[in-house]
Amino acid sequence: MAGGMKMYGKHRFPGRLFIVEGIDGSGKSTQLMLLQKWLESEGYVVYFSEWNSSPLVHEVTKRGKKKKMLTGMTFSLIHASDFAHRTEHHVIPPLKAGAVVLADRYIYTAFARDVARGVSPKWVRDLYAFAVKPTVAFYFRTPLDVAMKRILGGRDALKYYEAGMDLGLSDDIEESFGLFQSRIIEEYEKMIDEFGLVAIDATRSIEEQQAEVRRIVSEALAGTKKTRIRRWLDIASLAKGSRV
Amino acid sequence: MAGYSFFGEGLPGIDLAELKGKLIVLEGTDGVGRSTHIGLLRQWLENHGHAVLDTGMTRSALAGKRLKQAKEGHTLGGITMSLFYATDFADRLENEIIPALRAGFVVLTDRYIYSLIARAIVRGSDPEWLREVYGFALRPDAIFYLRLQIDDLVTRVLQSRGFDYWESGMDMHMGEDMYESFVRYQKWLLAEFDKMVETFGFQIVDASGSVEEVFENLRDRVDRVIARNGYGS
Repeated sequence: MAGGMKMYGKHRFPGRLFIVEGIDGSGKSTQLMLLQKWLESEGYVVYFSEWNSSPLVHEVTKRGKKKKMLTGMTFSLIHASDFAHRTEHHVIPPLKAGAVVLADRYIYTAFARDVARGVSPKWVRDLYAFAVKPTVAFYFRTPLDVAMKRILGGRDALKYYEAGMDLGLSDDIEESFGLFQSRIIEEYEKMIDEFGLVAIDATRSIEEQQAEVRRIVSEALAGTKKTRIRRWLDIASLAKGSRV
Repeated sequence: MAGYSFFGEGLPGIDLAELKGKLIVLEGTDGVGRSTHIGLLRQWLENHGHAVLDTGMTRSALAGKRLKQAKEGHTLGGITMSLFYATDFADRLENEIIPALRAGFVVLTDRYIYSLIARAIVRGSDPEWLREVYGFALRPDAIFYLRLQIDDLVTRVLQSRGFDYWESGMDMHMGEDMYESFVRYQKWLLAEFDKMVETFGFQIVDASGSVEEVFENLRDRVDRVIARNGYGS
């Protein structure tokens, strides 16, 4: 207990952690869902790390957003609190248990978003020093106009903070959203080299992207345990009429 | 010129040159009499024509209430709790302390980042990391560290309100009962505070005397801080 901060970045767990990053409309969640299906069918123990917030942190975030009380700094800190809770509850335990953990967005979202809000890049990186380093971090690279077309059509009104309205970039929420997202893209681009993000061209077909993702993931899976409860595989082999 | 600076990477969008007031911190372990002295100092300063803001931990508009609940239910993990406290502190710094300093107030704060750091270290967080996280904090004009030896502390706490779950570090399972746990936990906190004396330039105030004695000592020191730069009464 005393001393020895849990700097999970340096730790080695038997599990694997794959995360996806990208702006809204990059298609990253679809790709992650397809990856999950495949991993399960291959018999891996998959844990989808739902970002279930701690109720207390969640309430503060919700209230802060609703009442527009958040500054760049408190926005950053409350999201870091939330992320810490997730790390402590939804990342470390399954990794220790040897699972393949999947996460939709990770620390790079915070780095991009908070720096776009004026927070110091060094500070926010130090802040997240407790995070587990992902096995592979995919970045779904999308030109802004492509992403904008995907989301502005199919979605309800943009939210205040999501559109970066707190930055006063524009009074028009869609325009503000675009300006804010382009800043975020700039930050992501810088992080490709800094953190070795694996950039996937998200303008290609869904199938092509998924094939590349699966290829990279399967290389990183060597030695990972599979479940003996082969939910999918058994059915597949039964269909083929062979025994496992 | 007050000449404020941040400990590390500072807050975005703050012009330090605008800050005219004084930031005075009272630190010390639980039960050492900080709030009593904040109250007395406030009265005395106001009597001398200074506008005063007094503020303390877990009182932010943003997170204060939930932080109290988190403590009562003690449901959050160590890092989460540290960062939740940091959020609360940032909210108070940006929305109470800095505006008050801008307006030329004397800000008296019951604890500052030092208590937060000490508590988090004792609960397993990395000291270096904590200092980086709190790099956005302003360096105060003075930090008065009310110091009591552990025996005196035990006596004082027993005389006033008895042992409290958190002040006894019961969440850390440090002893069989509240007394044992309190002593161990507070000793550990004291050791962490003592380590910070030089690093952060604490002024040690012996808190073992009577309230009057301690207050007179504090008052004279505060007077000197206020009088600096021709700001005085």
